[in-house]
Amino acid sequence: MKKTPLNEVHRELGGRMVEFGGWEMPVQYTGVIEEHLAVRNAAGLFDVSHMGEIEVKGEGALAFIQELTINDASLLVNGQVQYSALCYSHGGVVDDVTLYRFDGDHYLFCVNAANTDKDFAWMEAALEDGGFDDVQLRNRSDDFAQLALQGPAAAAILARLTNTDLTKIAYYHFYEGLVAEVPVIISRTGYTGEDGFELYFAPDCAETIWRSLLETGAGDGLLPIGLGARDTLRLEMKYALYGHELSEEISPLEGGLGWITKLEKPSFIGREALRRQKEGGVPRRLVALTLTEPGVPRADYPVYAGERRVGVVTSGTLSPSLRVGIALALVEPDCAVIGAPLQIGIRSRKVAAVVVKPPFVRK
Amino acid sequence: MEFPEEYKYTEEHEWVLVEDQLVTVGITDFAQDALGDVVFVELPEVGTLLEAGKPFGVVESVKAVSDVYAPVSGEVIEVNEELPDAPETINTSPYEDGWMIKIKISDAAELDDLMDADAYQAFIEEEA
Repeated sequence: MKKTPLNEVHRELGGRMVEFGGWEMPVQYTGVIEEHLAVRNAAGLFDVSHMGEIEVKGEGALAFIQELTINDASLLVNGQVQYSALCYSHGGVVDDVTLYRFDGDHYLFCVNAANTDKDFAWMEAALEDGGFDDVQLRNRSDDFAQLALQGPAAAAILARLTNTDLTKIAYYHFYEGLVAEVPVIISRTGYTGEDGFELYFAPDCAETIWRSLLETGAGDGLLPIGLGARDTLRLEMKYALYGHELSEEISPLEGGLGWITKLEKPSFIGREALRRQKEGGVPRRLVALTLTEPGVPRADYPVYAGERRVGVVTSGTLSPSLRVGIALALVEPDCAVIGAPLQIGIRSRKVAAVVVKPPFVRK
Repeated sequence: MEFPEEYKYTEEHEWVLVEDQLVTVGITDFAQDALGDVVFVELPEVGTLLEAGKPFGVVESVKAVSDVYAPVSGEVIEVNEELPDAPETINTSPYEDGWMIKIKISDAAELDDLMDADAYQAFIEEEA
């Protein structure tokens, strides 16, 4: 199992370590609910060093990235980030990613930990097949540790450790500055729905930055946060998790990423399959469901409209913010209507649920 | 972590308090700690006949679903009606307010299969 540079620090803090995507990661420190609410009400610090980073450089970088991704990377300016996805030619998803533009000939993908090797191999194959000139592709995952600092107090905490004017970094933009004297890519992004930052830097500086942030944020209620709360936080926002809402068998149109699927782009891998799917009618839709009776929905539970089985839960939990069961589910399109009453099969019971407009928690 | 001396324990991490023919059942401190924040509890109805070793209820944390097993055979004569509305009681008071059901035992010999506190502690140390 792979370990991040903070493995020992997590153990010291009482982190309960579990396997996730080939990495040993803390699932919780004090408790999922307490950690979740700390991020919603104050701030939380996450070790996300397991995430992968793949760099694309060269004159041909943009043309290559446009062929790899479903969103339109030509819209990016220097210092901007874009949420995007990589698709197979059949329309299934290789991975969902964030794309950083440093310069017209320098980009960085941040990819899901468990998918890093697969993504890199897929990109290498695409590079070979596509006949692109002047593109240098490098897996830089071992060169970066990554922390996420998230929550309403995140900016105030980070401001104490940097000279960078954080008010100048807009949502989905980044800046290369110093944090605790360490060179850091400061990105105003996250996976929680809160204001906050994702910080990329050299792995040997991880402990310095982690401890500096926890120390300076202690009075603001900053807590270390495990993967358990990372999952419930993203779920309350209806953010997709690869392997649940997106996969090789789930297209971005089905998985709720229609808004970044730019079929008007002249070409990208998967475009023809996705165009056909859109024209023929997308067979399943991702919906947000709130239970109207007690219960906790979980991935793979069946979804019913009366007697008819209409879909399956892709992710579910008890929302720590709302204290009710919430779920994302892939359902037949006629059921994907706000207000539609559906039921989730939980063991031997059918528990009432309703399709709601996401996100579950409004900020 | 506490394991009261007066209780008996199962390998599935239930505790049992025996008072004549009546046993009270809950999950241990070890079990609640391993589960994390308990958010949902499903209990049987009064009158249900239980068979030793078979699931009688469910405890769910944010992350996981866990069956709870009957330590002995018998009839459910009382359930903790307050638990479904306050499932976190299992975390805060696993041995007292977090009790789950009371069973009228049908075969007292089954109690001999349960562990005492020392044996249970040795058992979880071995499991860990």
